[in-house]
Amino acid sequence: MSKARRWNLSRALVMLALIIYAILIIYPLLWMLLSGFKDNQGLFLDTWALPKTWIWQNYVDAWNQGIGRYFVNSVIVTVSSVILTLIVSSCAAFALARFEFRGQNILLILIIGGLMLSPQVSLVSLFKFLQKLGIYNTYLALIIPYVAYRIPFTTFLIRSYMLSLPREVEDSAYIDGCTSLQVFAKIIMPMSKPILATGALLAAMSCWNEFMFALVFIESDKYKTIPVGLMNLRGSLSTDWTILMAGLTLSVLPMIIIFLVFQKQLVRGITSGGVKG
Amino acid sequence: MKLYGNKKTALLFIAPALLFVLLFIYYPIVQNFFMSLYRWKAFGEDRIWVGLQYYRRIAQDPVFYTALTNNFLYALISIVFQVGFGLVIAAILEETFFRRFQGFFRTVFFMPSVISITVVGLLFQLIYHPSIGLLNNFLKAIGLENLTRAWLGESGSAMYAIIASSQWQYIGYIMLLFLVAIQKIPKELYESAEMDGAGAFQRFIHITVPQVKETIIMNSIITVIGGFKVFDEVYVMTAGGPGRSTEVLATFLYRSGFRNDEMGMASAIASIIFVITFVLTLVQLYINRKIAEE
Repeated sequence: MSKARRWNLSRALVMLALIIYAILIIYPLLWMLLSGFKDNQGLFLDTWALPKTWIWQNYVDAWNQGIGRYFVNSVIVTVSSVILTLIVSSCAAFALARFEFRGQNILLILIIGGLMLSPQVSLVSLFKFLQKLGIYNTYLALIIPYVAYRIPFTTFLIRSYMLSLPREVEDSAYIDGCTSLQVFAKIIMPMSKPILATGALLAAMSCWNEFMFALVFIESDKYKTIPVGLMNLRGSLSTDWTILMAGLTLSVLPMIIIFLVFQKQLVRGITSGGVKG
Repeated sequence: MKLYGNKKTALLFIAPALLFVLLFIYYPIVQNFFMSLYRWKAFGEDRIWVGLQYYRRIAQDPVFYTALTNNFLYALISIVFQVGFGLVIAAILEETFFRRFQGFFRTVFFMPSVISITVVGLLFQLIYHPSIGLLNNFLKAIGLENLTRAWLGESGSAMYAIIASSQWQYIGYIMLLFLVAIQKIPKELYESAEMDGAGAFQRFIHITVPQVKETIIMNSIITVIGGFKVFDEVYVMTAGGPGRSTEVLATFLYRSGFRNDEMGMASAIASIIFVITFVLTLVQLYINRKIAEE
């Protein structure tokens, strides 16, 4: 048995390769974090060194020059989209997992089939449609498409989970006179908490990071979310790279923290889907 | 059971989701086809019927073929790196010897996938920067100064530089999907192979690869579809330049619609993206079904 755990040359070489790859991943991120504390001179001359003096002001400047506002916008858009996605998807998932009626399969395919369609294709027509609805260039111009595009996957995720829940509690609740709405609110939803958390995390990640819709459906700077805001920041900072790096670091922190804390829930969601992004 | 017998209640529960999906996913896609038959502008109501004129123009536009080639290149390189390396790394981390380090490496390798593509794009723009960039500085430090260049500024290297950043971001993602697939392989297969004296490499070739064949196919298709949808990283790093050398279908669409204000043209490109990704998705579903039947 011990043979399988002992070091030898080929294992050491493979280990070395893994470590080099890990450094290739971590170093650029660390460089981004540390450069955010340098001035341009330090960035040019001491690319590899730790900052000589830690310039916290860069982070303050990045925040004040726009990241702060974009950050708040991203929070508003992400939180609203996630809540709305969860409510709408869990209702649909409940009906599709528990009720039995004609046409159920067609509705299931219609809703989950949305997964097959890529947002690029509807970019132009959605742009026009949002204008007609009078919500172009408002928070709703992002929230509504985000919710629509998250529903297929989230419904799929929650439905599979609900199918695996035992029915006994519901049966006895029914005998006690509960309606289906009460069963949903008081029994099914509390039991589905773990999968709701997974769905929320994945939805939050995609809304926080979404770029293309945010680029096209929002015109005013005051509604822009972080990904597009960063592009503006790059334009206005031109060669103040260290402030830009500070801005980049600030904008990825929430996702990195969420990932490190909720890794298990995220992995479960990602591996049950088979969709990227 | 009576509790779930009422069809009206069921429909009420489904209605909001259905409305969202029909109005904001299906309707715009259908609408897009009609919009590609007119000449119209981003702001304003006038539109002029042009029929299939935009499709003819696209077919004659060399940029379209540059874009198609770049998307294809993107998909091809992504298969080699994400699916190829993703599988190899997953197999290594599932080896008895390396499993105790798996938690750390999995977390590190997967981490870039949770970062927004915009941030990765901007970060790599700085990494590729001719004077302050990490890459050129590294090459100088190890004495390969003649290899330094403006990675994103030269049409010969720009597309590869963009694709490389995407590999950096997503190898770990595909690796994770493989990890789960490998964990489902019955342990007895490995144990009996080991008793027959099969080494790690042989076990990989003769057990792991055949056992996760379906996942390999699925991940390849996901990666190819991703290759034809790519937009963010190209837009952020080069916006299609230098010249039009890094244009992909989605940036071609964006430039036609929102830069040149030829919305009909943009719709026509969108229709082409739809056909390509839809066909690929049908292939994915077909293979999915085959796997389920087995």
